[in-house]
Amino acid sequence: MSKTSKQTVLALLLIAVLFGPLLYLRGKRRADADLARQQSAMDRYGMSLEEVAEASGIHMVHSIPVVDQKLQNIAPMIGSMGASVSIVDYDNDGWNDIYVTNSSPGSKNHLYRNLGNGRFVDVAEELGIADLNKPGTGVCMGAVWADYDNDGYEDLFVYKWGKPELFHNDHGRGFTRVTDRSGLPDWINAGAATWLDYDGDGKLDLFIAGYWPDDVRLESTPTTKVMPNSFEYANNGGRKWLFRNMGDGTFRDVTHEVGLDSTRWTLAVIAADFNNDGMPDLFLANDYGVSQLYINEAGPNGRRFREIGEESGVGHSPKSGMNASVGDVLNSGALSIYVSNISEDGVLVQGNNLWVPQAPGSLKYSNLASAMGIELGGWSFGAQFGDLNNDGFLDLFLVNGYVSAKSESNYWYDFSEITGGNASIISDAKNWPAMRGRSLAGFQRKRLWLNGGDGRFFDVSQAVGVTETYDGRAVALADLENNGSLDVIVANQGGPLLLYRNHVKPGRNWIEFELKGGASNRSAIGAQVRVKWNGQSQLQEVEAASGFAAENQRRLHFGLGEARAVDSVTVRWPSGRVQTLESPPIDTLNHIEEPK
Amino acid sequence: MNTAVARVPSETPMADAPSWQSRFFSPNNRYLPPLFITCILLAGQFEFGVLESGGRTLLAIATSIGMEIILSRLVLGKWPHLASAYISGISVGILVRSPFLWPYMLCSSLSILSKYAIRWRGRHIWNPSNFGVSAMLFLYPAAVASLSIQWGNTLWPMITVWCIGSVIIFRLRRFHICASYVGTFLFLSWIRSEVTGNPWLSAVAPLTGPMYQLFVFFMITDPPTTVRGWRSQCLVASLIAVAEMVLRLNGVVDAPYYALFLVGPVANVVDRAIRSQSAPPSPGVLESQGSVS
Repeated sequence: MSKTSKQTVLALLLIAVLFGPLLYLRGKRRADADLARQQSAMDRYGMSLEEVAEASGIHMVHSIPVVDQKLQNIAPMIGSMGASVSIVDYDNDGWNDIYVTNSSPGSKNHLYRNLGNGRFVDVAEELGIADLNKPGTGVCMGAVWADYDNDGYEDLFVYKWGKPELFHNDHGRGFTRVTDRSGLPDWINAGAATWLDYDGDGKLDLFIAGYWPDDVRLESTPTTKVMPNSFEYANNGGRKWLFRNMGDGTFRDVTHEVGLDSTRWTLAVIAADFNNDGMPDLFLANDYGVSQLYINEAGPNGRRFREIGEESGVGHSPKSGMNASVGDVLNSGALSIYVSNISEDGVLVQGNNLWVPQAPGSLKYSNLASAMGIELGGWSFGAQFGDLNNDGFLDLFLVNGYVSAKSESNYWYDFSEITGGNASIISDAKNWPAMRGRSLAGFQRKRLWLNGGDGRFFDVSQAVGVTETYDGRAVALADLENNGSLDVIVANQGGPLLLYRNHVKPGRNWIEFELKGGASNRSAIGAQVRVKWNGQSQLQEVEAASGFAAENQRRLHFGLGEARAVDSVTVRWPSGRVQTLESPPIDTLNHIEEPK
Repeated sequence: MNTAVARVPSETPMADAPSWQSRFFSPNNRYLPPLFITCILLAGQFEFGVLESGGRTLLAIATSIGMEIILSRLVLGKWPHLASAYISGISVGILVRSPFLWPYMLCSSLSILSKYAIRWRGRHIWNPSNFGVSAMLFLYPAAVASLSIQWGNTLWPMITVWCIGSVIIFRLRRFHICASYVGTFLFLSWIRSEVTGNPWLSAVAPLTGPMYQLFVFFMITDPPTTVRGWRSQCLVASLIAVAEMVLRLNGVVDAPYYALFLVGPVANVVDRAIRSQSAPPSPGVLESQGSVS
């Protein structure tokens, strides 16, 4: 072959390598879109979602935190959190209610009572849990419910960038503020919180994760040096707190006793039994750094938490962790952990993580988000696992979007420039270019990834009716109509609270469980339920906080596909007691109470 | 990226055997740049975990070396020296950030293939890994971003790499290129700051990150794709910084890659055209260990 011919062949080869994958990817996207258009969402996916917030009587638009004038150049970024949603049946009437936080000084939180007819009414004010953003007390970031005194009614803890608040539920008739005698500190810049019974004494303890450093007061700060000292290695965030429930309405700070020493910028926490020893462990999704996994172990002086993030595999690559939710995505009896991060075309492609254990109870994890198709969402925040189409496999709902302002200009260039800088530059807000009303990862769409059951998920959000582009923060799943389908509630930062009513294809069966602890904590937080049916098996655990600034319904929901019965249901209570139910009825909510 | 290796005529008599230090830091030591970049990689990985994953970097290196061997055998009929391909692969492994595997393979393949497919007067005109990374960033932004974070949150890793890198690059007689670029970048950062109203420190911030260290020490100093002559090299380095400023003022995130992508080949073509009209090159011309002659 002549030299010219060789050069021609090489040039053609280069062109093929350059553009070949591009043509393939475009063709594949077009084919997927064509396929989605050919059939209705209900036929193809077995479900569709309808946004009904206004029609249901929910008129709530979140208002964002206000920060000091010295931080105004990047105020939209600093005040970019606070929209939360938590599900509770506060009055034990059998209908799930919705609690949402607001975040500007003077704004009110809302408790939407479910009237059982598709309508909701806000009762927060009359029950005394609305006015929690009083000037000088900080602003609300989230709420997490649990029956801390085992009286049968779910109590309310509200965490803030400010004074944490605890309310006792007076048998569904009202709430009593018990913060001052509870022993909680005066101020925590909290990014997340959850309830767990870490010592197995049957009383729920409280974990709170700091985000901003403890001495920062964002509404009035003397310094602009409040930012993380690194975009991916920051360790100058808020401390963590574990409060042991003393059983008399007070809580004792045992953080250092149990070895929780992180000062990372935590945005999400989930307590679950990752190593199958019957005790709750803690997974922290940290912004500006690696995730942390604290294993709950017996020590000579009581329980201890040991951080194993690096050895387990979840603590290697630093990213921007903003979500922690767990699910048995492979129906293998193992809880995988989903962590959301940031992905922006051409700028920052961190990708979300799905940490899948090598075996049930194994503490060695692999990130299978890419392999399973749930890696790229956008600037992702809250996510929840749930079987939205009742086909027997857990699906994933993810919300995205950071700051939506001017649609024609964005802050990405300036953001990428400053975040590559050294700690001394990045940690001082005055060095950050002014946002000047520009968007940063704004107007992003949500994702609803259906689990194909073959180890792959596929996004159907647009096809099933999730088309809005608000700045999503928290998402919670709950059966609001008691009809066996998981509805979706989305809290948007500076945007409206959305309620997606889920219509599931007829013929798909389900089973739900509501657990009440006896020897264990009354909320049954930490209980595991394993359902076996038709050759399938799925594990779920009762959790308090899940996702980002969110709490799902307390009851557990299992889709069964077209199966007409389940083989067995095994409940492992936090007390260690194991209870087995043979062939419980399906398409109904089963109430299970633990014997004392 | 490629290697900064200069081959110069011996100026010392054979009888005066140079010390091992002289030999080690000699411009003829083809293994010094690969060793340096490997040290940067290992230090960054073990201290801060900068890599997307070790496996992806190994994939990039293996692809790069494999392509070099295949193309060299097919096109030139000889076994290549692999230092250049190794550096290209390791550069792709560090600079490309992607959750997928295929971009690492594709980027390495494009980098090596560009050396053989795009040539001007018998030499390639694009820095191989600059070509590969720029093409990936431009064509596949949904799957690829470039390294854009800092290493850790203290100053010492940055200062250490700058110091060691400067010493090595000085011994390799390419320091003036780096200095020209950095000096021009700093000055133009002030201009950009004045134009945009942004703090000067934010304009300078990228220079404190590892991406720029790799860009400055390895990418813009690559002998086969830099022009000849001390002054010309300084001029081209400054022109790259100027092009980068223009791109940055237009909000292009990956400005340095595109600036080198645009300026480098033009400078090479002009340089070679001018030189082809003058006397034949002296025996002391720079020669890349990665070049395909």
